[in-house]
Amino acid sequence: MSAVRNRAGDAVVHLTIDGTAVEATPGELLIDAAERAGVFLPRFCYHPRLDPVGMCRMCLVEVSGPRGFTLQPACMLSVAEGLEVRTASDKARKAQQGVLEFLLINHPLDCPVCDKGGECPLQDQAFSHGPGESRFTEEKRHWAKPIEIGPRVLLDRERCIQCGRCTRFAAEVAGEAMIDLAFRSDGIEVAPFPGKPFDSYFSGNTIQICPVGALTSPAYRFKSRPWDLEQVETTCTTCAVGCRVVAQSSAGRLVRYLGVDSDPVNQSWLCDKGRYGFEAVHSAHRLTTPTVEKGEVHQPVTWHEALDAAAAALRDARERGGPDAVGILGGARLSNEDAYAWAKLAKSVLGTDSVDAQLDDGLPAAAVLGLPHATIDQAAAASVVVTLTGDLREELPVLFLRLRRAALDGVRIVECSTAATALTPYAAHRLAYLPGEIARLAGALVGATRAHPTGVDDEALAAARTLMHSLDGGGEGLVVVVGRPSLAESGETVAEAAHAIWRAYPNARFLPALRRANVHGALDMGLAPGLLPGRVTLEAGRDALSAAWGELPAKPGRDGRAILQATVDNEISTLILLGCDPLGDCPDRELARAAIEQARFVIFVGTHHTGASALSQVVLPVAGDGERGGTTTNCEGRVSRLAAKVLPPGIAWPAWTVAGELAKRFGASLGFEGVDQISSEIARLAPAYRGVDTALLGHPEHRDGVVVPLAAVPVDIGGRRPRPIDPIATPGILSVEDQGSPLELGAAQPAGAAGDVAPGWPPATAVPLVTFSPPDGAAPADEPAAGAYRLVVRRTLYERGTLVAESPSLAQLVPEPAVFVHPAALKELRVAPGSTVTVRSARDSLQLPIALDDSLPAGVALLVANLVPSEGRGASALVDASRPATDVWLEKV
Amino acid sequence: MTAHFSAENRARAEALVALYPQSRSALVPLCHLAQAQDGWLCAEAMEEIAELCGTTPAEVYGTATFYDMLHTERVGRHVIAICTNIACLLAGAYELVEHAERRLGVRCGQTTEDGEFTLEEAECLAGCDAAPCVQVNHRFVAAGDAASFDALVDELAKGRRRQEVPRHGVLCRIERTVGLPGSEASPRRQARS
Amino acid sequence: MLTSAPRIVTSRLDHEDSYTLERYLATGGYKALHKALRMKPEAVAAEVNRANLLGRGGAGFPAGRKWSMLRAAETTYLVVNGDESEPATFKDHLLIERDPHQIIEGAAIAAYAVGARLAFIFCRGEFALGLERLTAACNEAYEHGALGGRIFGSTFSLDIVVHPGAGAYICGEETALLESLEGKRGFPRIKPPNFPAAIGLYGEPTVVNNVETISALPWIIQNGGDAFAALGAGTSTGTRLFALSGRVARPGWYELEMSKTTFRDLIFDPALGGGIADGGELKAFIPGGVSAPWLGPDSLEIGLDQEAVGRAGSMLGSGSVVVLDQTSCAVRAAWRITRFFWRESCGQCTPCREGGHWLEKILRRIEEGDGRFSDLDLLMDVCDNLAPGVSWPPEQTTICVLGSSIPSSVASALRMFREEFATHIRTEECPFAGAPHEMAGGR
Ligand SMILES: Cc1cc2nc3c(=O)[nH]c(=O)nc-3n(C[C@H](O)[C@H](O)[C@H](O)COP(=O)(O)O)c2cc1C
Ligand code: SF4
Ligand code: FES
Repeated sequence: MSAVRNRAGDAVVHLTIDGTAVEATPGELLIDAAERAGVFLPRFCYHPRLDPVGMCRMCLVEVSGPRGFTLQPACMLSVAEGLEVRTASDKARKAQQGVLEFLLINHPLDCPVCDKGGECPLQDQAFSHGPGESRFTEEKRHWAKPIEIGPRVLLDRERCIQCGRCTRFAAEVAGEAMIDLAFRSDGIEVAPFPGKPFDSYFSGNTIQICPVGALTSPAYRFKSRPWDLEQVETTCTTCAVGCRVVAQSSAGRLVRYLGVDSDPVNQSWLCDKGRYGFEAVHSAHRLTTPTVEKGEVHQPVTWHEALDAAAAALRDARERGGPDAVGILGGARLSNEDAYAWAKLAKSVLGTDSVDAQLDDGLPAAAVLGLPHATIDQAAAASVVVTLTGDLREELPVLFLRLRRAALDGVRIVECSTAATALTPYAAHRLAYLPGEIARLAGALVGATRAHPTGVDDEALAAARTLMHSLDGGGEGLVVVVGRPSLAESGETVAEAAHAIWRAYPNARFLPALRRANVHGALDMGLAPGLLPGRVTLEAGRDALSAAWGELPAKPGRDGRAILQATVDNEISTLILLGCDPLGDCPDRELARAAIEQARFVIFVGTHHTGASALSQVVLPVAGDGERGGTTTNCEGRVSRLAAKVLPPGIAWPAWTVAGELAKRFGASLGFEGVDQISSEIARLAPAYRGVDTALLGHPEHRDGVVVPLAAVPVDIGGRRPRPIDPIATPGILSVEDQGSPLELGAAQPAGAAGDVAPGWPPATAVPLVTFSPPDGAAPADEPAAGAYRLVVRRTLYERGTLVAESPSLAQLVPEPAVFVHPAALKELRVAPGSTVTVRSARDSLQLPIALDDSLPAGVALLVANLVPSEGRGASALVDASRPATDVWLEKV
Repeated sequence: MTAHFSAENRARAEALVALYPQSRSALVPLCHLAQAQDGWLCAEAMEEIAELCGTTPAEVYGTATFYDMLHTERVGRHVIAICTNIACLLAGAYELVEHAERRLGVRCGQTTEDGEFTLEEAECLAGCDAAPCVQVNHRFVAAGDAASFDALVDELAKGRRRQEVPRHGVLCRIERTVGLPGSEASPRRQARS
Repeated sequence: MLTSAPRIVTSRLDHEDSYTLERYLATGGYKALHKALRMKPEAVAAEVNRANLLGRGGAGFPAGRKWSMLRAAETTYLVVNGDESEPATFKDHLLIERDPHQIIEGAAIAAYAVGARLAFIFCRGEFALGLERLTAACNEAYEHGALGGRIFGSTFSLDIVVHPGAGAYICGEETALLESLEGKRGFPRIKPPNFPAAIGLYGEPTVVNNVETISALPWIIQNGGDAFAALGAGTSTGTRLFALSGRVARPGWYELEMSKTTFRDLIFDPALGGGIADGGELKAFIPGGVSAPWLGPDSLEIGLDQEAVGRAGSMLGSGSVVVLDQTSCAVRAAWRITRFFWRESCGQCTPCREGGHWLEKILRRIEEGDGRFSDLDLLMDVCDNLAPGVSWPPEQTTICVLGSSIPSSVASALRMFREEFATHIRTEECPFAGAPHEMAGGR
């Protein structure tokens, strides 16, 4: 056998497995060491991402010890120098066969109708390590067939082999033990608390890691047989964490997503939204053909006709108002290649720089791109993490899992948040503040200002400051997670807060926590005013890029909010909406509504019928998740590959094609015929993406993607042992590794020498990357008006967006809207919890039930974004985005 | 959450939690306390115990169901347990069980309709020198033959043995009066100092 | 032969009020603790080492050695194992109900020796009276100054928490006990690495000792380890409390000098077991709790000695002896014991969880007259999958030894009474009167 690999620099212990010398890392578990040496030991309870428990006894092997060879579970035993292991001796085989026979005596023989049949480790290992036939002639154990233990999880107790993977996941990884093993002996069953369903954002993981068909999802149940499945490895584009997944299809339809163990990203877990959101791909509300508004109704037309109509409108707008009369909103759901094509169309063909992938729901683009980035691993290995975000479990669920784990492993978290979040129990300090005060809070935290931020507890602040003082002067080891704590608190103030920390700690790193899947990629590709592809400003990059792109806009254009305002003010006449719906996505609904109403012409480019598509004059259908290749960039700046598994419906096109065809109607050519060509162009022309081409990403070493810019790829953080894939949870995934997941339509590139990226390669470009400095003195918020409550608008995972609404597994999970206040407010208002109150702002009013949250400061009212109480209006109806914070008044109805 | 423990028991519960360096250790004692109060372990009690122990209701349920003495379903006022393990088996325990089932009109594991008696087959109760061994609400009683069993049941039904056989819950008569937290020698303080 | 050895742990049990502080003090109680507190902790441990006090909980590990293996740490815990649930064992029950102060004094001595400041007495939940007496005794001990801060004016402080179990045999196993004490399901922990002496209660080094082991400490400190070691022979020193039950004339508890007394003495001496009940004949006996393999009449001359019983292929275990006579059905006895292990399996390990019930089902079928001759080999092979080789001491395929104890009675019965099994199968009924009761409340 060939030499066993070991990571450079690691100490090595020597053992023999079945007579072969093997090297292993000290502390490594025998089951892992054996697997690396090519000896796969059968197992059920062992999962490389869970604490080993040695319960199922399937991995028993003979191990030398003081009392000769004894049977030991390989999943519990750390390797030791000189250890001798026999995995296939008569005694070991007999023990393994015995365990399998025991497992099978009470296991039902319903494999033909079991979802797991065909990819079942119990079947497989019974075949490879089992006794051949059972001698059990007694009556089997009987239990009622599947019971619903939660809205997305069915449990068939007869099939359960009591391995405890699911319960350990819930307690250890998700941190919410909503299920546990109950009873004892062979009466053990997995159980939620009676009457309390297992309703976790992460429940799907238990189904994936269940080694048998005991846990199944209503979504996949009876949908397919494993041998009918085709699969590709791709990246989840539900949020900006960018978890690695396998997308599986059967008969041309996506049927299941599984999490892949990407060490730097999701470590095999997914949230349920990412796992089941693919259902929206096959929804009946998909746009399948271009339509043009004729009279009052939309009529299906050919692509030619639709594109002609769109081009005519754009030409008309330019003729009347110049290139600045065109505004482009959205793009955060596109692939990098799509976004690049649209940026090129906008800036070099249409000549407008009024382009923004954010709809005022994120942070200033320069802040997102220009603060020094941290990776998730760096955050997880930081000494202090400061969060300036909303509830990460609601927005970036798997990032929440990683940070929760990090906190348990000793990372100290300072949470700046108006209301408690899921991370609060793990935070060393929580600083609750009044919305609008976040910049002042950050200043106080780093000792830059004396001014005391309103709402903040003195003691907590002092304690957090002491913690900050424990950092070295430059702030090495400090990671700031920065997102949008509240949609009613302007992004500028949050960026200013981040900047205050950076000023005080120049070596701090920042992990943007924006939610939309490819918002980082879209901004990186130049879908933002004043920016060009590759994180450079229009000024800095103009000369280098105009050689390839031609003439570029003379001055920076408008951002998302300004585009909407300019539309209201008749300065922009024509809008292109790239997969966004300003009415739902923009924090200030009134502004969005006025803009859409005022616009002369709206072109919608997207995947589903939405409120915005209905209000548009031309609707252009494009490919969505699972239908397109290319790349995407996550919150860390990690570029990873997307793979197409199914075909877009009807005659929908890839979004980049639409951009290319529009360009032709202006006598221009974007210059590419395929996704790979766009990738190459990005790798050539976008400074931060230099060298990130198909060949590099296709290299097996880069399955988890690469962090851009390449020279800044962090060196190994160290300490983490290489983790093998859990073959139980991702059947067949090893072969995907070999086959390489295809870029666009199967065009996987041979890897070449790309794996050997030398440090410092590629050479630094002449064009400096953007850095961030906030505009001076973003106006601080005023004191709240008398009798008013400061509004907080939070996101929830299952909000009423297209993805959730169009996925049957998720659609019913949207929580009921309510306004949350501190209990004291209830007393003041003299209302009982649950009774309806009027929430009124200067803009509008809503009637909502009132609920309690005692983590809120007294003068705060919290609403959840995008939950529509009535008439399509939600929290955004109340928000005035032109102000740093919004005040509301509560009244008894 | 609404409190399920009575004010007095809530105070006892908090004192029990304080006895231990980690609050989850009080889980089993608190379940006993809830049974002393209610006769069984109802959902509301388990939820309050979860809160007191810093764990989840699912974990309280999972833990409680592991133990034979904790009843997550209603049981009779008197739980009669007859040991049938080896020493008692040799002394005719199964004959006694059959008699008991006839006498009470229920099978082992069942409760009489009037809610007075639950009959249980027990594992060895460590009373093997007086086999077959019988307990009522975990108090040893002499009822090893049919006649004394019948006499016992009659007396229990008439409420005559209340003194000897108190309510459910092995903690119902136990009161720790000294060495409590807050006093000179608190285990928590000791353990942490 | 009943030797003249003193009664060490049962000295005051002839008094009605043996459980009160008053009686305890009147019979020399708490003097040993006074004495120990004047000694250095190491000296106390050395005395126990000299006594070679073997653990009385079942495994028989010397208490002194166990204490010396503790990982050095700030916090150390002492846990007294009073979960006594091994079928036919009823000695700790006796000591808890009748001499709780002796346990408290012993615990204080042990805690002093190992540097524990918090001790737990884990008392089986079904011992309601025992729990009451233990708690009352604790209250008395605090008031007497034997517990709490600065015990008897020394610099040593100790708190004791009496912790009730809730009905699960496995919680007698020391690591399951610690899990249970932490408020969890009684799942034994995997050793290595979870040896209590290294990673015990709350992850801290922990000594777990049986109630009887602890109860012997006051005498040892008062009389010296050598005096204890002078009793018995070889490694089996001192006296031990034996629980005798089953088909004997005088079932009960007997404190006897180890090694010098034989099983014949215990079962037949008129002052002890008094012979087989109803003048019957000895068929077999279980020498140390139902986890132990059975022995036959030819083993009667063996002394009550840990090593001697080990050499005979069984164990002295928890010191409980069950006698089967010619009226006892070996199949039924093995079935009932197997049924116990099945129901008491914690359920973690596949072989124990599934194998126990499978064995039970086969045995039951045989006892009810539905057996097959192929069942006999099957029984042995299932045993072999639980304890490879089915020899003694057993090899394990499970986390704790409960799993590998299941074959003890099955294999004993099969080896010693194969013909009796054959009769059941051939005649399709149990040759003894009565058939086992239908599985009560069974799942
Ligand atoms: C299944 C099982 C049950 C046990 N039950 C008890 C018990 O009830 N009481 C006890 O003291 N030891 C019991 N033990 C032994 C304990 O694990 C441990 O060895 C003992 O408490 C140590 O005390 P000692 O050294 O003083 O004997 C049991 C062991 C096993 C494997
Ligand atoms: S349901 Fe599946 S994962 Fe959970 S214990 Fe059973 S077999 Fe294991
Ligand atoms: S015991 Fe090792 S995999 Fe289950």
